Amino acid sequence: MSHGHSPFLAHHFDDLEQQKEASTLGMWLFLVQEVMFFGGLFMCYLLYRWKDPNAFAAGSHELSIELGGFNTIVLIASSLTMALGVRSAQQGKIKALINWLYATGFLGTVFLVVKYFEYSAKWEHHLIPGPNFHFAGEVGNRAELFFSLYFAMTGMHALHMIVGLGLLVWLVRKAMKGHFTAEYYNPVENFGLYWHFVDIVWIFLFPLLYLIGRHYHGGA
Amino acid sequence: MSEHHIVPLKTYFSVFATLMFFTAITVAVAFVDLGPANNVVMLSIAVLKATLVVMFFMHAKYGTRLIPLVAASGFFFVLLMFVITMSDYMSRGWLGAGLPWRPAS
Repeated sequence: MSHGHSPFLAHHFDDLEQQKEASTLGMWLFLVQEVMFFGGLFMCYLLYRWKDPNAFAAGSHELSIELGGFNTIVLIASSLTMALGVRSAQQGKIKALINWLYATGFLGTVFLVVKYFEYSAKWEHHLIPGPNFHFAGEVGNRAELFFSLYFAMTGMHALHMIVGLGLLVWLVRKAMKGHFTAEYYNPVENFGLYWHFVDIVWIFLFPLLYLIGRHYHGGA
Repeated sequence: MSEHHIVPLKTYFSVFATLMFFTAITVAVAFVDLGPANNVVMLSIAVLKATLVVMFFMHAKYGTRLIPLVAASGFFFVLLMFVITMSDYMSRGWLGAGLPWRPAS
């Protein structure tokens, strides 16, 4: 480490700028992989909704637009607090960074708590796919496929949020120990990219799952 | 070392306000029966919102040109998967070969 001016510079990079560019690009490549991963689920959704649009509309009709809409607002707000956290890190305001990370974690937790109540309501209404699934509408149990995809997609999304909350705790601890400065905050920036990506997934999930059955009035 | 671009606070708040605005619009439009156009409006708004998040919150607008290219490539290949898969399912049975796989009703 004889040539390094900064203790944050890994020896295989010329300077911090190059190091940051490499780390940002690496994170984006990971996110492209995530796009492909969620893409598979969206592919299933597209195919089966095309095959049975009425069952999907009837299923969507059972979801709570209030809770889904509330969660959309919460999640976009958490993206804002995260962006403000990264901005604080850029300016070397570590105390502010920690507070924005707390705010982001709080909003993420609110999202998951709301999701928990949504899931329990589905349990009570026998809308969990499996032997106890029972759909009262005219499309009958054809709606099961919609709910399978609803749980697979929102479940995968929620899993990403749980991982995100774990990473947030790790970031707060690192920030408290003084690991980040205005010249080195790559993990904060990369976590921000991940968090915004999870937000984008929800931006698509919300209309596709919650909003497609609003003018469904029965009929198979 | 060059200074990293620090985005003005106003930009972040405007993007947030725009995202909220379009969320409200997409919910409102969902209650109006436009037939298949509902999907078009809904997805256009979602794509617009995602683009805003990518460009401003994720700083794609401020880094090197490589980042928007990498991001777009991911969405391009997902789109390719949708088009190729759906053209298969939708055209099954057209030529009298294979099992038709049509919508249920």
